[in-house]
Amino acid sequence: MLNQITKTRVLIVDDEPNIATAIDFLMQQQGYETTVARDGEEALQAIADFQPNLVILDVMMPRKDGLETATAIRQSSAYQDVPIIFLTARDSEQDKLKGYEAGGELYLTKPFDNHDLVAMVNELRVYG
Amino acid sequence: MSAIFLILASIGYLGLLFGIAYFSERLETRNPRLVNNPYTYALSLAVYCTAWTFYGSVGRAAYSGIEFLAIYIGPSLMAPLWYFMLRKIILIVRHQQINSIADFISSRYGKSTFLGGLVTIMALFFIIPYISLQLKAISSSFSLLIDRTSSLGASLDGRSLLGDPAFYAAMILAAFTILFGIRHLETTQKHSGLVAAISFESVIKLFAFWAVGVFVCWGIFESPTQLFEQANSHEEIAALFRFDATATVNPLTWVVLIVLSMATIVCLPRQFHISVIENQNPAHVNKAIWLFPMYLFLINLFVLPIAVGGRLMFSGQGVDADTFVLSLPLLEGQTELAFVVFIGGLSAASSMVIVSVTALSIMSSNNLLMPWLVRTRTVREGLEVDLSDRLIHIRRILTFIIMLLAYVYFITLGQKAPLVSTGLISFVGVAQFAPVILGALYWKDGTKRAATSALLVGFAVWAFTLPFAALADAGVLSEGIHQEGLWGLSILKPYALFGLEGLDPISHATFWSLLLNSLTYLIVSQFSQPSALEQKQANLFVQIHRYIAEPKEATMWRGKAFLRDLKPLLARFLGEERSYQIVQEYSISNGLDLENITEVKAEFVERVETALAGAVGAASARLLIASAVKEETLDASEIMFALDETKEVMQYSKELEEKQAELETTYKQLQQANGRLQAMDQLRNEFLRTVTHELRTPITSIRSMAQIVHENPDLPLSKRAEFLGIVVKESERLSRLINEVLDLEKMEAGHAKMNLQRLDMVEVISTSVERLTPLVQAKNQQLRWKAPNDPIWIMGDRDRMIQVVINLLSNAIKFSPAEKGIVHLELKIRKDQVRFLVRDNGKGISGEALPYIFDKFTQFNSTREQEKGSGLGLSICWRIVYLHQGKIWVESTLGQGASFWVELPHMKNSL
Repeated sequence: MLNQITKTRVLIVDDEPNIATAIDFLMQQQGYETTVARDGEEALQAIADFQPNLVILDVMMPRKDGLETATAIRQSSAYQDVPIIFLTARDSEQDKLKGYEAGGELYLTKPFDNHDLVAMVNELRVYG
Repeated sequence: MSAIFLILASIGYLGLLFGIAYFSERLETRNPRLVNNPYTYALSLAVYCTAWTFYGSVGRAAYSGIEFLAIYIGPSLMAPLWYFMLRKIILIVRHQQINSIADFISSRYGKSTFLGGLVTIMALFFIIPYISLQLKAISSSFSLLIDRTSSLGASLDGRSLLGDPAFYAAMILAAFTILFGIRHLETTQKHSGLVAAISFESVIKLFAFWAVGVFVCWGIFESPTQLFEQANSHEEIAALFRFDATATVNPLTWVVLIVLSMATIVCLPRQFHISVIENQNPAHVNKAIWLFPMYLFLINLFVLPIAVGGRLMFSGQGVDADTFVLSLPLLEGQTELAFVVFIGGLSAASSMVIVSVTALSIMSSNNLLMPWLVRTRTVREGLEVDLSDRLIHIRRILTFIIMLLAYVYFITLGQKAPLVSTGLISFVGVAQFAPVILGALYWKDGTKRAATSALLVGFAVWAFTLPFAALADAGVLSEGIHQEGLWGLSILKPYALFGLEGLDPISHATFWSLLLNSLTYLIVSQFSQPSALEQKQANLFVQIHRYIAEPKEATMWRGKAFLRDLKPLLARFLGEERSYQIVQEYSISNGLDLENITEVKAEFVERVETALAGAVGAASARLLIASAVKEETLDASEIMFALDETKEVMQYSKELEEKQAELETTYKQLQQANGRLQAMDQLRNEFLRTVTHELRTPITSIRSMAQIVHENPDLPLSKRAEFLGIVVKESERLSRLINEVLDLEKMEAGHAKMNLQRLDMVEVISTSVERLTPLVQAKNQQLRWKAPNDPIWIMGDRDRMIQVVINLLSNAIKFSPAEKGIVHLELKIRKDQVRFLVRDNGKGISGEALPYIFDKFTQFNSTREQEKGSGLGLSICWRIVYLHQGKIWVESTLGQGASFWVELPHMKNSL
């Protein structure tokens, strides 16, 4: 497909600007192209415009939360296969299950180790 | 010395006392240790040393040798026991808010009104002559010093009221007592100015006495050795300081005096007042145990040399030995020294008078006047008037009356007796309190009836063997009584009661009065039943340490009590403000809404009773409560008594049924409480989850950013600075969040103490506005606040109120647009409420967010502000306003700004 010869594009969705800035830096350091959205609505918009290969999605956000956003992505015909990494401060088993149900590939709890996030992204990019 | 100089100097000295009392009360707020320290306390105890010590010890030593020492050895022997006894008394007094020795005895024996009154009347009989003794000392030392040739000197001859120095002394001392002894209604507040002045006087009298002592030893004679050598050549003088068979001291008299003074150091109303009521810290007793005996040793060091010196110098001249201290310097032409002595004597006398009169006026008002006032309907039911001021006035008037009585005694009977014998007669009287006080502290079985009988018996024996006998001696009553006995009965001779002869009058009276007093107490206790209240008080007094360790006590009230009955009582006797505080403390500690309280718990009734007891005494407080609370049934122990006495098993089973029903209700209540607890638990878990989430967010940024900086040493400087800046900002956010969570937790758990006081909301808002003005200017917004001209009062915690106002204001500033933002503030009184409005013209709050706006972690506006709030600010505001019995609410339409309202109960100006 087209994205194999262009740069990998990563969409970062988080309402905390400082966390988004950190992830943004980490992804660019890996040589990926990035875009940041600040809530679910913005994220859905960005998916259409930016056509990411991978989405890093915060769960607790105003307007439309991460779970709703993921469900919406999975339901759209065009982007239903985009891999999603959930990023959240909630870490109970129940919360994780909800994440997988909504269609997330991987689940990372805040605060995270930068290496873990980078490793996850790389893994999904290779196998996803 | 000219009379006018001496008068001015005396007034000047008392003025100095005023100054010391006044300034130490002022300075105390800045440096509380000024008065609140063990040294001041120990010095204040030296109020024990009166003019009797100052002039009378030498007088007595001049003819009875070292006998005078006995009444200082007694207290010194007693001092080590203070560690157990005095500290215990202090603990009880604090716990029960007791304010005099009469109150103490009354409180222990079932808060008996009669007993309190009896002790007060006895104390008045014992102490008023003793006070007049001090007036006598002041007056005679004054007369000895002044120059009789001037017209003023000649007019102050004591023949008319206006020409009597004792009268002026009495009035000035009364004024001092009123100013510094009768300040506060509740005894939890100490009179530190009074204590400071008394301690100062202790230093002055010691200094003055030493001045004479040194002068006699090294000024008149060459050295103490030479003085005593010279005395040895006079057989009768030498006998004064010998312990062999020729000694003048009677060993039995010695023992009696030691026992008497051991009792009085605790039982004298002035000692009780200064050592117990004015005690600021029970630990101070530990140092006083050795400091006080040391003081007694120092002040007695020169007594014998002065007495012996006086005997030698005035041999055969008929000079009154009580005046040796003053006449020795005068004889040698040392007018300045004589003046110092005069001031020393004045300090010894005035300290005793001031403290005694303070104690007596509190006793008379609380144990004689109050019980009577409380019973009259006008006081109890005319509830509109605030009585707290009137109570203080009553005490002030009583102070004058007591001083006048002392003065009247002085001009009628007092002139005839020597200093010491009047003092000893008082001592024997006061010692009558000792058995019931000892019993109060260590013996649970002593009953009210026993205490009353014992005191009456002791009082009667004392009256018969001492003052009555003395009146017969003086010829006021028929002298025949001494030969034939009362009513011609030979066993009723005042100096040889029941045929006991060969004792001096003091030993004789002490022996019989204390013996019969104690026996009556012990025997009647065996044959009388204590009431439940007596039992409870007995347990509390004897086991005070346990009560303080576990404050749960069996409550005596089981009737219905309503706030509307209790609140007016409090307001009437303690004033509006104090009353409000007590009620509010209760509502906060029990998590109740002030407006909805109607019936109150027994524990609150007890709290009200103790608070009232602090002002009007235990017995009167008891009466007041009984008049306001409808008592229904008795508590368990009283039921058991009923059973013992009447064996009515029927009633017992009825009580059992009632208990059963009660148990069922309790069970149901427990179930409900359990349900509520579970619900609360769930809420709590949810809260914890949210807090964890909120804490993790800043930690995530911090960790991630720190890791980037750490692992990329070659990061460009600008990036590095940006990332580290984020780390700092997020750390700040984290600590702010933690602080707010803790703050809110504390308030919700009821641990946060609201420091309630009269508060001017106008000032609170103006202060807050001032603090935020820079923020408003930075955003170029407008802040509209027109402060009302007059203060608007509420009861509130100043810091907390400022926190609320600043929180609302900074929200308004934050959500209003820069440049065009207008924040509007308003404060007004509406009905009984103070209303306060903060309005902004920001984007407002959506209808669906409105109901949750005061919930924890509701970030309604998802702002993109640099400084995101913690989401707890409004919850904290809500909680603070709630704790002030107020309301907070918001009105807003999306896009049209928001208005936050706060409503708090208004405090009327009339306090």
